[in-house]
Amino acid sequence: MTHAAPAVPPAGSADVPPAWTTWRLLPARVVAMCIVELQKIRHDRTELYTRAIQPALWLLIFGETFSRLRAIPTGKVPYLDYLAPGILAQSTLFIAIFYGIQIIWDRDAGVLAKLLVTPTPRAALITGKAFAAGTRALTQAVAILVLSAILGVTLTLNPLRWLGVIVIVMLGTAFFSCLSMTIAGLAMSRDRLMGIGQAITMPLFFGSNALYPVDLMPTWLRVISHVNPLSYEVDALRHLLIGTPGHLLLDFGVLVVAAAAGITAASALLGRLVR
Amino acid sequence: MSDEKYAVVCRGLRHAFGSAVAVDDIDLDVVEGEIFGLLGPNGAGKTTTIRLITTLLPAGAGMVEVFGLDVASHRMAVRRTIGYLPQQLSADGSLTGRENVELFARLFDVPRGERRERVREVLAAVGLEEAAERRAQTYSGGMIRRLELAQALISSPRLLILDEPTIGLDPVARDGVWERIQEVRRATGMTVLVTTHYMDEADQYCNRIALMHRGRIRALGTPDELKSGLEPGATLEEVFRAYTGDQLEESGDFRDARRTRRTASRLG
Ligand SMILES: Nc1ncnc2c1ncn2[C@@H]1O[C@H](COP(=O)(O)OP(=O)(O)OP(=O)(O)O)[C@@H](O)[C@H]1O
Ligand SMILES: [Mg+2]
Repeated sequence: MTHAAPAVPPAGSADVPPAWTTWRLLPARVVAMCIVELQKIRHDRTELYTRAIQPALWLLIFGETFSRLRAIPTGKVPYLDYLAPGILAQSTLFIAIFYGIQIIWDRDAGVLAKLLVTPTPRAALITGKAFAAGTRALTQAVAILVLSAILGVTLTLNPLRWLGVIVIVMLGTAFFSCLSMTIAGLAMSRDRLMGIGQAITMPLFFGSNALYPVDLMPTWLRVISHVNPLSYEVDALRHLLIGTPGHLLLDFGVLVVAAAAGITAASALLGRLVR
Repeated sequence: MSDEKYAVVCRGLRHAFGSAVAVDDIDLDVVEGEIFGLLGPNGAGKTTTIRLITTLLPAGAGMVEVFGLDVASHRMAVRRTIGYLPQQLSADGSLTGRENVELFARLFDVPRGERRERVREVLAAVGLEEAAERRAQTYSGGMIRRLELAQALISSPRLLILDEPTIGLDPVARDGVWERIQEVRRATGMTVLVTTHYMDEADQYCNRIALMHRGRIRALGTPDELKSGLEPGATLEEVFRAYTGDQLEESGDFRDARRTRRTASRLG
């Protein structure tokens, strides 16, 4: 025998959880999933770079062009400044809306079954995945904000506001990734999820205040924008990052409720995937 | 039915997918400390039985107890006693071996102070110390299976449930996996419930065997009992044929091929 002695202590030593782990379960699972996400990003950064291309093009081409045209009235705020938080929200939306693919992938590979045979309630697993998606979105956000700064967007220097940005990006991504995992639970296949994801991202994006003020929209689009959580994410980010007037408490409240609803729906449908 | 000396007790256990009955009125007792083999051809219902025991599927009828705990009402407590290795190769290829095991240490609440040492020990026990910092997508099939064994062992389970742990492995890798299982079991007295298609493995390593076919258990006993019960000098493979009436399929059918392809593409 070439290896070390028994690795495992006598059977039965670890089967009763100490009481204090019970209330720690949810945060502990969220932390575990976020750490895995960071490890994956560290091992493979290509996605980080390829995903930065599209927002860069939006800022460089769309942003610069429309700044010059002055076609979109944004008051005293330069259009590029106005656009940057919108593009940030867009890019987190793109990450989140296809996140459900991972859970289908996990299902096919037996990973999901293995995760669900650990003492992890379904809602805790979904919450963990949702915030793992948020973690990935944050790494992406860094790239976009650096680029925005280089392009001359005046970003806040207030650390509290930056903390707020982190919270809002996390919540927004949590909601949209749960939406994606909910669709995964309904569609049950990668291809269908891809199709549905592609079909709804653009309406979500254009039906929000990411590119233009709500006042410019026709009434029907305004209604969509009002029920679209992306609008609240953009509003909060714009307020925090470039200081436009916003409704931070309302935005925060809507995103918390949306994320909670998303987690509930996705957890309820998770059973379908393992069956 | 909460007799202490049973690791698993199933009574009248049944599960149907739509109209297809996968597990049909099964009674099963796994004694604490034994290696129990669940054998049967493709589609016999082995994996479904395991998913019923591991809380992954709700029983359509009947009940399952793990160490005296009813699976339907004590899910979390039951999961803490189980180490589970699914049929597919399910390690995460984009993480290193150590990261793969660390994740499960966290999910099983291994205290932070012990985590590093425990992960190291378990990786050593499956012979993956050297490869621990490499990403799992660079591992061979046997190494991945041993890594998954480490993931299943990190919580010091009282019951190790292995769904075809050696599927698709070459004979040397198969022995490697079984050696590790044997060692840990000798050291801890843990119970092992295993499914396999390989009759020689079942014969060599299992204390008792249940032969499953079309959702039912057709025969049960020690390998010797089953063999001598058929005719003197019979092999386990002959017993298998006698009870299932099927050709024993080695790992070459369509479902296996599909699984292997999926795994291959996932592990990159
Ligand atoms: N998720 C599912 N949906 C529908 N039918 C299923 C599902 N899982 C299994 N079945 C069916 O239930 C039966 C038992 O399948 P199971 O996977 O338990 O067999 P098995 O003994 O593990 O076979 P194998 O050796 O191929 O792994 C089969 O007929 C299978 O097609
Ligand atoms: Mg099976």
